[in-house]
Amino acid sequence: MSLDRRTLLLGMAAASPLAMAGRLWAAPAGGARLLVVFLRGAYDATNIVIPTRSDFYYESRPTLAIPRPDPANSHAALSLGDAWGLHPALRETILPLYQKGNVAFIPFAGTDDLTRSHFETQDTIELGQDINSSRNYRSGFMGRLAQTLSGTSPIAFTAQLPLIFQSTGAIPNIAINAVAKSAITERQVRLISEMYAGRPLASAVDEGFHVRDDVYHAITEKLTQASRGAASPKGFELSARRIGQLMRDRFSLGFVDVGGWDTHVNQGGATGYLADRIGELGRGLAGFSEEIGPQWDNTVVVVISEFGRTFRENGDKGTDHGHGSVYWVLGGGIKGGRLAGEQVPVDQQHLFQNRDYPVLTDYRAMFGGLFQRMYGLKQRHLQAIFPIVSPMDLKLV
Amino acid sequence: MLSRRFVMAAGLTAMTLPRAKGWAASQKVSPQDLALVDLLTWGVTPSAIDDFLALGREQWLHAQLTPPSRQRVPADVQQQIDALTIPRQSVVDLARDFETEARTARKIADPAERAKAKKLHQTAMTDIARQAATVSILRALYSPDQLGERMTWFWFNHFNVYQGKGNIRVLIGDYEHNAIRRHALGHFRDLVMATLCHPAMMRFLDNADNKVGHVNENYAREIMELHTMGVGSGYTQQDVEQLARILSGAGIDFQSDDPRLKRAWQPLLVRDGAFLFNPARHDFSDKIFLGQTIEGSGFSEIEQAVDMLCAHPATARHIAHRIALYFVSDNPSDALVMRMAQRFTQSRGHIPSVLDTMIRSPEFMASLGTRFKEPVRYVYSAVRMAYDGKVIVNAAPIQSWLNQLSEGLYNRLTPDGYPMESSAWSSSGQMMARFDIAHKIGSGAAGLFRLPGEDGPGESAFPVLQNGLYFDTWRATLSRQTRAALDKATSPQEWNTLFLSSPEFMS
Repeated sequence: MSLDRRTLLLGMAAASPLAMAGRLWAAPAGGARLLVVFLRGAYDATNIVIPTRSDFYYESRPTLAIPRPDPANSHAALSLGDAWGLHPALRETILPLYQKGNVAFIPFAGTDDLTRSHFETQDTIELGQDINSSRNYRSGFMGRLAQTLSGTSPIAFTAQLPLIFQSTGAIPNIAINAVAKSAITERQVRLISEMYAGRPLASAVDEGFHVRDDVYHAITEKLTQASRGAASPKGFELSARRIGQLMRDRFSLGFVDVGGWDTHVNQGGATGYLADRIGELGRGLAGFSEEIGPQWDNTVVVVISEFGRTFRENGDKGTDHGHGSVYWVLGGGIKGGRLAGEQVPVDQQHLFQNRDYPVLTDYRAMFGGLFQRMYGLKQRHLQAIFPIVSPMDLKLV
Repeated sequence: MLSRRFVMAAGLTAMTLPRAKGWAASQKVSPQDLALVDLLTWGVTPSAIDDFLALGREQWLHAQLTPPSRQRVPADVQQQIDALTIPRQSVVDLARDFETEARTARKIADPAERAKAKKLHQTAMTDIARQAATVSILRALYSPDQLGERMTWFWFNHFNVYQGKGNIRVLIGDYEHNAIRRHALGHFRDLVMATLCHPAMMRFLDNADNKVGHVNENYAREIMELHTMGVGSGYTQQDVEQLARILSGAGIDFQSDDPRLKRAWQPLLVRDGAFLFNPARHDFSDKIFLGQTIEGSGFSEIEQAVDMLCAHPATARHIAHRIALYFVSDNPSDALVMRMAQRFTQSRGHIPSVLDTMIRSPEFMASLGTRFKEPVRYVYSAVRMAYDGKVIVNAAPIQSWLNQLSEGLYNRLTPDGYPMESSAWSSSGQMMARFDIAHKIGSGAAGLFRLPGEDGPGESAFPVLQNGLYFDTWRATLSRQTRAALDKATSPQEWNTLFLSSPEFMS
C-alpha cells in the first residue's frame, strides 16, 4: 500500500466519531475495509500452499502430495518462487492475484492452543483472549475491534452471530446465502420495534430491520459477473460476490465462514474433495475482489483456520488434526506476491512434536500488526483488542 | 409472565377446538406450574395443562421422568408414522439395499445412465432422512412423554451426527430412535455404548476407518472432549492416541455374513446390527489409558474404557453442566452443577435422577420463564400453541423453518452439536428470521395441513390466538408496550404475528 493510502487510512481513523451508537448506515466512503474469512474444520494448508522444495513433504505424503511445479503437468503445483507452490485448483483465481502482488501467504501461523480440538481452538481464535485466563464468551476480538474503531460498519455474513463478533454493542448478522424479501410489512416492523423498546433485544431488533433493508436492496442489484453473461455463481462464490458488493458500499468490517475442511479421509490431491473446496474458495475470493471494484485497493481480506493438519498423511488418504497453518492476506493495496513472516525449513527436525507445522506467527500478532497499519491504532487500543500479545508488523500494509 | 401465555393458548382452544375445558382448568394453575410445564415440554398447551392438572404436580413430574419404555404417540400420529417407508424395514436391510443400489449404479457403463442412477440413489437416501425428520417432529410435537422428547433432542445434539456424510441419511432415523430416544431417560453409560455401537456414529467420526496400523483418532478424541469428560479436563494427546487404539476394529459391516477370520479370533467378533467389532482390525497390544493399563483383549477393552470415562468425575461435571445449560441458564451456578454432578455419580449416571435434582433446586424454580428459547424450542412451541390438538400432516415447513434458523434437524455439520447459549440465537439476523416464521405460522396454516405435493390451498385456516372473551384477563399480564402494539393489530393474522414475535414469547 502506498504511503498516500496509509496516510489517508490513518486520517480516516483519526476523524472517526467515537461513539459506537453513532455508526452510520451510509456508505463507508473511502475508508479501510477488512473481511475475515474463517475456514472451519482446519484446512490442510500443507497441500494448498505447498513446500515444493521439501523432499520430506514428498516422503510424508506418498498418495496426497501435489507434484513439483512443471508447466507440462496440469496437476503440478504452481510456482510461488523456489520454495513454495500453490494448489493447481487456484490457477485462474488466486495465482493471478498473487502475481499482481495482491496476495501474501503467512506460513507457520496459528495459535498457542494445543487442544487440537476444532471447537476449542476456533473459540480461542475468535475470542482472542489470553488462553490461560477464564473465557469471556461475550467478547470476540472483532467485536472489540468494532468498538475501538467506532465509525466502522461491522457485519457478520452468517446465519448466526459468531463468537468473533460478540460484544456489548449489537452487531448485525445476515445469512448472506439466503437473503429474501420479508413478508413483514413496514407497519408491522414499527409495531414489533415498539414491543421491544427498552428491552435487552431492542437494538438487535432495530439493527436487524435496518440491515435487512440495506442488504436486500443491494443484492437485488445485478452482480458484476452476471451482467457479463457468465454462468450464475453459486455456493461460496455467490456469497463472496454479494459480500463484495455490500462492502463496496455499505459495510467496512465483515466476517464470513466456510465449512467442510476436516479431511480425515480421502481428501484427494490435485483433484478430488479438497481441490473442489479450495477451487470454490478461490473463485469466491477472486469474485469478491471484482465486486468490491475500486475499493479493492482499500480492502484487506484475511483467511484463517483453527489449525493445520498432520504433516504426514494418515492411513485413510487423509490428514488429522495438527498445529501450524498457513494464513492468507489479500487486498489491492497490500505488499504481497510473497510469503511473509518467520520461516523454518520444512523437514522432520523442524516439525512440532514430530507431527505438525510449528506456529511461528501468532494470529493475534499478525492481526495486531495489520490493525496497527490499517487503522493507525496505538498500543493501548491494541491492548484492548489482544490483551497479551504484541503486534508483529509483517509489512503487508 | 407465563400465565399470559397459557391464557392465550386457552383462548385459542376455545375458538378453534372443541376442548374448551382447558380454559376452565387453567384458572387453577399457578404461573410457576405453567412455566414448569412450558420448560419441561416442547411448549405449554391447554391439553398439556389438562394432563398436568389431572395428575397433580408430583405425579406429573414422576410420569415425565419415568415414561413407559414403549414410545407412545396418539393413534392418528402413529398412523402417519406407520404410513412412511422407514418403519417397515430394519435399518441394516435398508442400508444394505442402498449399498447394493450404489454398487449397481457405479457399474453402469453408459456415463449418462450412470449419473442418472447415482442421482436417483442420492434422492432416495435424502427421502429416507426426510422421513426420519418427519417422525422426529411428530414425536416432539405430540408424544405425551414430552420431557423424554426434550431429552432426545438434547442427547442427539450431545452425540451429534451429520446426515450429509456418506450414507448417514439412511441410518439417522434408527440412530435417533434406537440409540438416543430409547436411552434418553436411562443411564448415561447406555447412551455412550448405544451411540458407539451405531453405524451412524462409526461413520460420522471415522472410526469405521480406524484399524491396527492405520489409526484414526477422530472419534477417540471426540468421545473424551465432547461426549464424556469435556475439553481441558485433564486427559492428554497420549490418552487420545491410546483410546484410538482401543477403538481400532470397531466399525461397520452391512454384509449378512460375518467376515472370515482365523479360528482364534472368531469368538472375539462382536456384531450388533450393522455395527461390527472385527478382531482382525484391532490392535491387541496393551494400552495405558488415563493412567491405567488396559490389557489387549478386544471389545472388552472398549467396555473398560467406557466404564472409566463414565465414572470419571470430569464426566459427571461435564454432563451436569450441559443439562443445566439446556434448561436453566447460560451461566448455571457452580453449586447447582456440583449437586447435579454428585447425583450423577451417586446414581451411576441415571439421567432422571440428575434431572430430578435440577428440578428441585431453588435456582431452577427461580429461573422458570426466563430461559431464552433456542430455535427448535421457539418453532415447536409456536406450532404446539397455535394448533393444540390438531395434528399436522406435513412436517416439511417445520424442517425448513429450523434450517432457516440454522438449527435444522440432523444438519449440524460438526460433532459438537448446536450451541445452547442464548447469545448464539438472539442476534439481529436470528430475530428477523423468527419474525418471518411468526408471520407464516400466525397468518395461515403455512402448509402444515396440506400434504406435500398437493395442489390448492388445502386446509388453510389461520389460528386464532386472540380470543375476545378472555381479552382482559391475559391483557393485564403483558408488558405495556406489547399490549399497545397488539391493540394496533388490524386483523387476527397480524395479531398472531405480533404475539409470536413478542419478547414474551421468546423465553
